[in-house]
Amino acid sequence: MRIKQISIFLENKSGRLAKVTSVLGENSINIRALSIADTTDFGILRLIVNDPDKAFNALKEAGFTVTSTDVIAVEVPDRPGGLAGALTVLQEAGINIEYLYAFLQKATNAALVVFRVEQLDEAINALQNNGIRTLEEKEVYSL
Amino acid sequence: MYWDKKHETMPKEQLRELQLARLKATVKRVYENVPFYRKKFDERGMAPEDIKALDDIKNLPFTVKQDLRDNYPFGLFAVPSEEVVRVHASSGTTGKPIVVGYTRNDINMWSELIARAIVMAGGGPREVIQNGYGYGLFTGGLGVHYGAEKLGATVVPVSGGNTDRQLMLMQDFGTTILTCTPSYALFLAEEGKNAGIDFTKLPLKAGIFGAEPWSERMRAQLEEKLAISAHDIYGLSEVLGPGVSMECQEKKGMHIFEDHFIAEVIDPETGEQLPFGQQGELVFTSLTKEAFPIIRYRTRDITTLTEETCSCGRTHIRMKRVTGRSDDMLIIRGVNVFPSQIESVLLEFGDTEPHYLLVVDRKGNLDELEIWVELSDRFFSDKVRFIEELEGRLRSRIGSVLGINARIKLVEPRTIPRSEGKAKRVVDKREI
Repeated sequence: MRIKQISIFLENKSGRLAKVTSVLGENSINIRALSIADTTDFGILRLIVNDPDKAFNALKEAGFTVTSTDVIAVEVPDRPGGLAGALTVLQEAGINIEYLYAFLQKATNAALVVFRVEQLDEAINALQNNGIRTLEEKEVYSL
Repeated sequence: MYWDKKHETMPKEQLRELQLARLKATVKRVYENVPFYRKKFDERGMAPEDIKALDDIKNLPFTVKQDLRDNYPFGLFAVPSEEVVRVHASSGTTGKPIVVGYTRNDINMWSELIARAIVMAGGGPREVIQNGYGYGLFTGGLGVHYGAEKLGATVVPVSGGNTDRQLMLMQDFGTTILTCTPSYALFLAEEGKNAGIDFTKLPLKAGIFGAEPWSERMRAQLEEKLAISAHDIYGLSEVLGPGVSMECQEKKGMHIFEDHFIAEVIDPETGEQLPFGQQGELVFTSLTKEAFPIIRYRTRDITTLTEETCSCGRTHIRMKRVTGRSDDMLIIRGVNVFPSQIESVLLEFGDTEPHYLLVVDRKGNLDELEIWVELSDRFFSDKVRFIEELEGRLRSRIGSVLGINARIKLVEPRTIPRSEGKAKRVVDKREI
């Protein structure tokens, strides 16, 4: 139920994102989802890829500051109010969301959203008890 | 004009005799009262009686900043604590400052020297002296303050910062002499001009500027913008504070007050004494201090001494402007900063192999310090909040260790240039 997200520290200067994506490309790693959090001085690139361990090592070797975090990928009905339903479930279970972002592509008729929460297991349970599916690792990596 | 004509213009021969008598007394005092010095003398097989001529000073051991740190806080004091009426402290390379002490006589001597300095800048008892040096542990504020009072001038103890208030008081009180760091004086000049102040219309006539290196270019700017005569003053806490040397009206170097200090210039590599006119590291021995006498203190300041007679009539030798340092100390807004202080904070935060760079620049006449820190895995998180909190804690800790604010810039690993052997820790972009 938990999937691995790779986060990379990026200084705000030109060419850094291009460098990360080329390292991934050279290592035949495919990006499934991404988001960038940026401040005035730096950014954090967060990635869901098809092979997180390989991506982690390749980026490390290329000299980046990298960390791996567990997140959940939630299947949200692709209709108005779909995301709101999932968020309400988490809110009622008292789970804070650090951040979330959507997948680049859809596998099914549903939309896929990555959630970063502190209480992962509680979040997964709450969602499942309300009929909202979270994706398995291999499902996400092989999308 | 002199404050103490007898001592300031004392014939050379007589001055040397006075120095020798005082050197003997100082050496005896430290040998008898400070275990640190006694041990060092004993190790060299030296006794106070071995000082027979001024030239014998070169056989005495050096004292370095680390010695002051090792004897923190009062280990080098030569008098019992009841005789100490004041302490000052300056930044060291670790969390602990360097502490110096003064007896009542020491404060009196210091005040005398500041009074001399103010007179050298053209001042007298009728001046209104706006003292913009920081008050507190730093020697600048209180040092100048007591000297100005000794002279009989009116002191405005405004301390550093608060530019609007400085400009208001300067106009309303009719300040005639400004004392502060030269970079702050330039900043005041700019801000004053922006506020529509015409300095040529103010009674301000002189500035006594020190606590950081400056240049003839800055002098020209200060004199023009503030319509004053700008004078360089030199000193350091370990030796006294401001008032170790001062520029006279000739502005051709700072007269070292030789009745209270012996100055030498040495080769920083070998420790050999260098002749007049040759550039090297400045070394001071105090001759009259009671609480904190100091023997051959290595200042790390690079300069040249000249013995040539000065047309002002003072017989004391002069030192040129300090042109650099023989260590990596930086002076930023008058505050001494060592790169190793940043290192100690990063180690404290758990960064086992800190890579950092201090970037100093002067913007609008004020120094700015930016500290680049390579973000190691340990400090990294996928959450922006976590990194911003880390940045904030680093900024506040570094601020409290250095005594000045710095901007923290987190950079990617291996982006700060590594050099063979000694790492490059400082980029100083200031044009002084």
